[in-house]
Formats: sequence, structure tokens, C-alpha cells
Amino acid sequence: MPYRLLKFGLSSEYSEPRMFPVQGELRDAYDVVIIGGGGHGLAAAHYLATEFGITNVAVLEKGYLGRGGTGRNTAIVRSNYLTPQGASFYQASVELFKDLSRQLDLNLFYSERGHFTLAHSLASLRTQRWRAEVNKQLGIDSELITPEEVKQMVPEIDLQCGGHQPPIHGALYHPPGAIARHDAVAWGYARRAGEAGVEIHQQTAVTDIEIRDGAVCGVHTNKGFIKTEKVLSAVAGWTTEITQMVGLRTPLVIHPLQAMVTEPLKPWLNKIVVSASLHLYVSQSSRGELVAGASLDPYELISMRSSLDFAEGTAGHLIDLFPMLGDVKVLRQWAGLCDMTPDFSPIMGTTPIRGFYLDAGWGTWGFKATPISGLTMAHTVATGRNHELIEPFNVSRFSDFQLVGEKGAASVGH
Amino acid sequence: MKIIHCPVNGPRPLQEFYFGGQLRAVPTSEQVAAMTDAEWSDYAFNRDGSPGIQKEWWYHTPSGTWFIAERDIVTDGFVRTYLFDQADQESHNDG
Ligand SMILES: Cc1cc2nc3c(=O)[nH]c(=O)nc-3n(C[C@H](O)[C@H](O)[C@H](O)COP(=O)(O)OP(=O)(O)OC[C@H]3O[C@@H](n4cnc5c(N)ncnc54)[C@H](O)[C@@H]3O)c2cc1C
Repeated sequence: MPYRLLKFGLSSEYSEPRMFPVQGELRDAYDVVIIGGGGHGLAAAHYLATEFGITNVAVLEKGYLGRGGTGRNTAIVRSNYLTPQGASFYQASVELFKDLSRQLDLNLFYSERGHFTLAHSLASLRTQRWRAEVNKQLGIDSELITPEEVKQMVPEIDLQCGGHQPPIHGALYHPPGAIARHDAVAWGYARRAGEAGVEIHQQTAVTDIEIRDGAVCGVHTNKGFIKTEKVLSAVAGWTTEITQMVGLRTPLVIHPLQAMVTEPLKPWLNKIVVSASLHLYVSQSSRGELVAGASLDPYELISMRSSLDFAEGTAGHLIDLFPMLGDVKVLRQWAGLCDMTPDFSPIMGTTPIRGFYLDAGWGTWGFKATPISGLTMAHTVATGRNHELIEPFNVSRFSDFQLVGEKGAASVGH
Repeated sequence: MKIIHCPVNGPRPLQEFYFGGQLRAVPTSEQVAAMTDAEWSDYAFNRDGSPGIQKEWWYHTPSGTWFIAERDIVTDGFVRTYLFDQADQESHNDG
């Protein structure tokens, strides 16, 4: 090795800056403890520090940052939901996403592609017309289009699905639908939060939560006890473990959701294509891989194992839509945990336990909500009052019989 | 391929089965009538989704058999499967 190169490599002047500082010991007490170092927990930490001036905050992550759904999702961002509550909430998130690379000073590869939800029946065309009209009322760019228009924008698609599936009757088209680099979202928020003074402790699991007179007073971890009066649980697929610690009953059940990528191809698909009937969604990443996912695994399981059934089913449906993919190889497949609610809306905000705040029920749809859930949960934790955008999503909606039914919009994971 | 033991038909592939959700005590109509709104919403919506072995309903589609499985929802290991029995019936009525 040339001496000059070695000198350059060892010089502190040119050393690679760390994304996050090396964290020291846990302190005895914090103003706020956030459980879960996924996008949601880290975004909330960032906004607590930058928007509300609360920096005595610890994010506790059992594994490594982005180990959960944050690093496993298919990265689709969109706002064409079915209910006004849901659509306004996700629209606010899309707005934040658009400027997020600049805000976090990190390239998130946020890429607007246009999002198709294919209809294979008249019934699904009708739901899509309903969604398009709700969306337009709220100023969201969303329209029902014909099979010919689908074919024009995605010429490789087989509208007849090779005769193996019902033909495509039309699609809901949402031009702002986007994909982003999911890990970078977590890292960007973590770096900014760290700069503002938040501590991020990886390999630190919360093992119990201490409650006295109906209020949180601390958390136990594998590294000792921490005093705190405010705990934000942002653990998505692990939420049922945490709610059990505080004795809070919820409708959440956990199912795996799986995804896979193919070998990289030259760019040919610049749209996001979703088909609920085929249990398939697919987009092409900026590296050229096709990223494909299916619907939820059909039974409860708290495990991130992936299955051959999934790979077979998804590969089969990929060639129903795009017959020319027959020779393309699958590179990797994996699974993540989804905390499912019966109405397909999240559970957010205050709970009957003072100082215990919940950010959960993210099921198959939570990546796109990362910025807005971080911001609204930070507001809620800082002020003790639910942000108005998340009021409809409080856990009290079940005892009040005020469900927010997103079923029509989220029957397939994306 | 995952194999499940149907209590009537023996080992069959997972694809032949349908998951019917957690086994829960079904209240009698008198119990329902006496329930508060809070109790009713708890029954209607809330579930115990925490890790551990749970009793659940499964359905073997080709033979139309509903049965009970005890399954570890973390390891996906089936502890045992059996037809809904007297003991389940009694725990149902306890409410
Ligand atoms: C295959 C797949 C595809 C998906 N596709 C999309 C999509 O296209 N668009 C979309 O919007 N959403 C999608 N989702 C959903 C999305 O991934 C999740 O809703 C979202 O990532 C949740 O983020 P989070 O930050 O709340 O939780 P997570 O990223 O899951 O983070 C939770 C963290 O908490 C940690 N933790 C758990 N228990 C403890 C404890 N006791 N102590 C300390 N730490 C703990 C975990 O280690 C984990 O890192 C998909 C999900 C999957 C699985």
C-alpha cells in the first residue's frame, strides 16, 4: 500500500464521521423513555428535541436501529386511503416526506412513482371509485382509470393475467405514490435526534414497566432500572409484550408479513403496482431489484421466519402480471411482524395509564406514517394531549364503538 | 411444508387448514344481557395477543372439521390438537 494512502486513511482529519455517537452508560432518570428504535420511535425522539425542546430523552432499542418493520418493509408511501381521518393523516405524512431528505440532510431516495391499485372485479372498482372521491374531497391526487390507461403507463403488464386470474377491470391511480429508502429514514432521524442531545441505546431491552397509582414511574431494562414519568411505546409488532407489562387490553394480534427482492434488472418499471386480488405489490428499487410483497400470513405468529409458500405464491402472481419475468431469479426473502387492528387503523396517543403513550397498530401500513406519527406523538407526549390528527386513533375508540374502518384500503399489505 | 395434525384426518399440509382465531369464552345470552358497555366492547374487540401457548380454533377445509389447537405463537409449534370437548365447554360457560 502506498505510504501516502496509509497516512490519509489514518489521519483524523479525514476520518469518516459517525452517524450516531457511541453511547455511554444509561443514566438513572430521563424525562421521556421511548421504547423501540424503529422509524417511529426515532422520529418521535427527533421532534421531541427539535420541536418541543425536550432533550433529556432515551430511545431504548432491544436490537439494532431499524431491525423491526422499519428495515423490512416495501417502502411504499401514499395517502389514497378510504376514510377522511386516515387520508388526512397519511397526506400530512406524505407532505413531510417530500422535504425530509433536506430536513435530515440525508438522501432518502424519496422517489415519486405513481401508485396503481388494480381492480379485478366490479366490486373492487366500486370501492376504488369511493376512495377516489373521498381523496379528491381532501385535495389528494387520486383517480379511477381504465385498463387501457393502465396498459399505456405500464406496457409490460398482462391485462388478462395470462387467463389464470380475473382480468384487470381498471385501477385506482395515485400519482404521488412513492418509495423511499427505509433504513435511511431511521438513520436520518437518529442522527438528528442524537445531535440534539437524545441518547440512543441499542442492545437495551425493556423488560418491565413500573406503575404506581395508575401512573408510570419507571422502566426495567436488561441494563437496570430507569426512573421516568413518561414512556412512549413504539414497538409495532412487539406491542402485545409491552401492553401486557402495563395491563392494557387492546385488540392487537400479530401476524407476519413477507417480502422478497429479485436480482437487479435494467430499469423498466417506474410505477408501483398493487393487486389485492393477487395478493401482490411490486416496485423496482433504485438498484434495479424488483421488490415484491404479499398479503399477511394467514394465522397469528410472533416470528420473523419466511416461508416457501410465500416465495412460490408471490413468484407465481408476479408472472401472472408480468409474464416476461419467468427467468428472473429471487435473491432474498424475509418477514416482519405486523400488529393488526380490526379496523386497519393505528392505535395512537394517550392511554388510561398516566404517562404511558402508545404508538402501535401499524400493521402493514406504518412506514409511510413515520414522519407524521413521530411529530404527532412528540406533540402528545410533550403536552399530554392528543394531537388533533390522531384523536380518532385513540385506544378509547374501541370502548366508544368509534372504529375507523380502513379495511377497503388496506386489505393487502403496503 | 408445514404439517398440522387434524384430530380426525391425521397429518395434513397447512394449505388445507383455515385459522379461526383464539378460543374465547362465549357468554350466554343472560351474561350478555348483564354486561356493561365496557365489558361488551372488551369482549367484542380486545384479544390476548401476547406471546405464549394459546388455544385456538382451526378448520380442516376438505373435511369440514373444526377443532382446537394448542399452539406456541412464537415458535409455531403445535402442542396438541383435539376436538372441542367438555372441558372447553365448561371453561366457555365460566365466562
Ligand atoms: C414485509 C413488510 C412490508 C411492509 N410494507 C410497507 C409499505 O410498503 N408501506 C408502509 O407504509 N408500511 C409497510 N409495512 C409496515 C411497516 O414496516 C411498519 O408498520 C413500520 O415499519 C413500523 O415502524 P415502527 O418504527 O413503529 O416499528 P419497528 O420498525 O418494528 O421498530 C420497533 C422496534 O422496537 C424494538 N423493540 C421491541 N421490543 C422491545 C423492547 N422490549 N425493548 C426495546 N426495544 C424493543 C424492536 O427491536 C424494533 O427495532 C410493511 C411491513 C412488512 C413486515
